[in-house]
Amino acid sequence: MTALPALDRPLALALYREMLLIRRFEERCVELYGAGKIRGFLHLYDGEEAVAVGVMRALEPHDAIVATYREHGQALARGLPLGEVMAELFGKREGSSGGRGGSMHVFDAKRRFFGGNAIVGGGIPVAVGLALADKLLGRENVTVCFFGEGAVAEGEFHESLNLASLWRVPVVFVCENNLYAMGSALDIDEAETDIAAKARGYRMAAERVDGMDVVAVLAAARRAVDIARKGAPCLLEMRTYRFRAHSMFDAQGYRDKDEIERWRERDPLHVVAAAGKASGVLHDEDLGAAEESVRRAVDEAVAFAERGTWEPVEELTRHVTAPRTKRRTP
Amino acid sequence: MTINYRECCKLALRQCLDEEPRAFLMGEDVGAYGGCYAVSKGLLDVYGPDRIRDTPLSESAFVGVGIGAAMNGMRPIVEVMTCNFSLLALDQIINNAATLRHMSGGQLGVPLVIRMATGAGRQLAAQHSHSFEGWYAHIPGVRILAPATLEDARFMLPAALKEPDPVLLFEHVFLYAMEGELDASVRAVDIEHAALRRRGTHLSILTYGASLQKSLSAADALAAEGIDAEVIDLRVLRPLDDAALVDTVKRTHRVLVVDEGWKSGGLSAELMARVCELAFDELDAPPTRVCTAEVPIPYPKHLEDAALPQAATIAAAARRVCGRG
Ligand SMILES: Cc1ncc(C[n+]2csc(CCOP(=O)(O)OP(=O)(O)O)c2C)c(N)n1
Repeated sequence: MTALPALDRPLALALYREMLLIRRFEERCVELYGAGKIRGFLHLYDGEEAVAVGVMRALEPHDAIVATYREHGQALARGLPLGEVMAELFGKREGSSGGRGGSMHVFDAKRRFFGGNAIVGGGIPVAVGLALADKLLGRENVTVCFFGEGAVAEGEFHESLNLASLWRVPVVFVCENNLYAMGSALDIDEAETDIAAKARGYRMAAERVDGMDVVAVLAAARRAVDIARKGAPCLLEMRTYRFRAHSMFDAQGYRDKDEIERWRERDPLHVVAAAGKASGVLHDEDLGAAEESVRRAVDEAVAFAERGTWEPVEELTRHVTAPRTKRRTP
Repeated sequence: MTINYRECCKLALRQCLDEEPRAFLMGEDVGAYGGCYAVSKGLLDVYGPDRIRDTPLSESAFVGVGIGAAMNGMRPIVEVMTCNFSLLALDQIINNAATLRHMSGGQLGVPLVIRMATGAGRQLAAQHSHSFEGWYAHIPGVRILAPATLEDARFMLPAALKEPDPVLLFEHVFLYAMEGELDASVRAVDIEHAALRRRGTHLSILTYGASLQKSLSAADALAAEGIDAEVIDLRVLRPLDDAALVDTVKRTHRVLVVDEGWKSGGLSAELMARVCELAFDELDAPPTRVCTAEVPIPYPKHLEDAALPQAATIAAAARRVCGRG
């Protein structure tokens, strides 16, 4: 096992700021939802930030990412321009997907960010295909596929893990186990709740990771990416928690407040801040400065989205198939 | 007393569970969570986990389990959260539920009801806004229901539960909050016939689901201009009520189909073809239609609105079919 990376000052600052950016971005989203600027479903990543931030840091620009409808965290950690992501949530033309997708369908082909899939499990086989293409084309890229533990019950999860292992494709499956699939607790849904064990059943390396500790996530992600880069799939089960409702609202009758409070003590922002302070590389002023810079960045993103434009209705049927270029006459 | 469509769906479920001891509800988050559209909220406490059965995310498996249980003496009501996710169970629905009776030479039957939410209009974007009821109506062996009124939401399900063959029931997401008075004189509904929702003389609007309300508002607007539209709620999309189609065409001689499905190869095409096959000589104008634009549903409201049939586009098409466009 590679040891935990040294939490030096630049790393601590970067990890903290990236997670804070996601947190504050989404808090603003909640306000904007209330104001009617954002509509439809809005699934927040509140509590799970360490997973996206830790994993993305282990990737290269040419690696590919597949995520779910809960993908703001992955999008921001991947470095998608904040304003474009916000504009997408507004449905503006300047958004990452031209406004067509909204919160659940953020795409950025340039950054090899293959979305925002809102069908549970739907992205998993696609990730295997992306990785297969890389393998066949002799590229050294890795594909990382994020999904929730709820997806593990779908046939597509099992079919995909089998194929990935059988064909030895360079994919890292990242299961964000936040314990609930909407209102269904893991042990209501699964006969075997050890997700890493399921992956081992398909003959791939798998480990369970403390998903509230960004440094642990980063270390595990580096190990996993190493394995994939050498041409084998593997799976990381990230133990994490979402602090809020499944989408914007739900009664949350399926869990009790104490449980949420207990997990809040392990808020990934507090965990990394405490570790940084304990080793003397982070100070209160740093946290304050991060707040300040994040606030400015989010303000700018909102302003960018506000300035954005609505696609004219005349363009309604665009982007259904590729534009036809004139055929050459023989 | 006013009641909404969601509460009607719940009362329907309760009636099924109360009257039919073999009935049980099964689906994702129907229990602890109360159903993704809160239709089964509170029922877990009343009926317990055997009859309000939470399933993991595994549409193909739990629909298939419903088929097996139905063949073997139970009366399952399977809830697939939305028709969007029913695609994962398409194999079970089409290759098993719809065909087992036939493949077995009539030895087996699948008395299974599958409920699912359908439709667009809530800015849920391309993967969460499908209308697949017309698509399922292509398949022999299943009955397709589309409750568009409170009475149908309240009474179609108990009728479906008595069917010997699979019934797919599509609840439109936009209707769950629709409120009104439940007609106290109605104690049951049939699941055979289309219903005349507004009598008229100048044209017949054939529609179903959430498009019914839009068509009725269009008809009101048209009335002010002296166009008297008849509105037919199809209710049962398979088998179609041919007699009702012929009947209305004989009265009005003009037909406008309104369908939230896409136009190409859709239910609207089937309806227009039937009208032509069965009552061509009665027609004074070519049948026409208003459907969803041929595009996955976009997220922004103005584009989603533009993609879907609306009262204004329905009224405009009605004027055209009446030669007043
Ligand atoms: C195939 C399919 N079935 C059902 C749904 C509805 N749905 C959306 S998210 C969700 C829960 C998924 O839980 P999990 O995979 O653990 O991810 P989380 O939301 O916790 O991140 C459900 C049931 C869906 N989108 N797709």
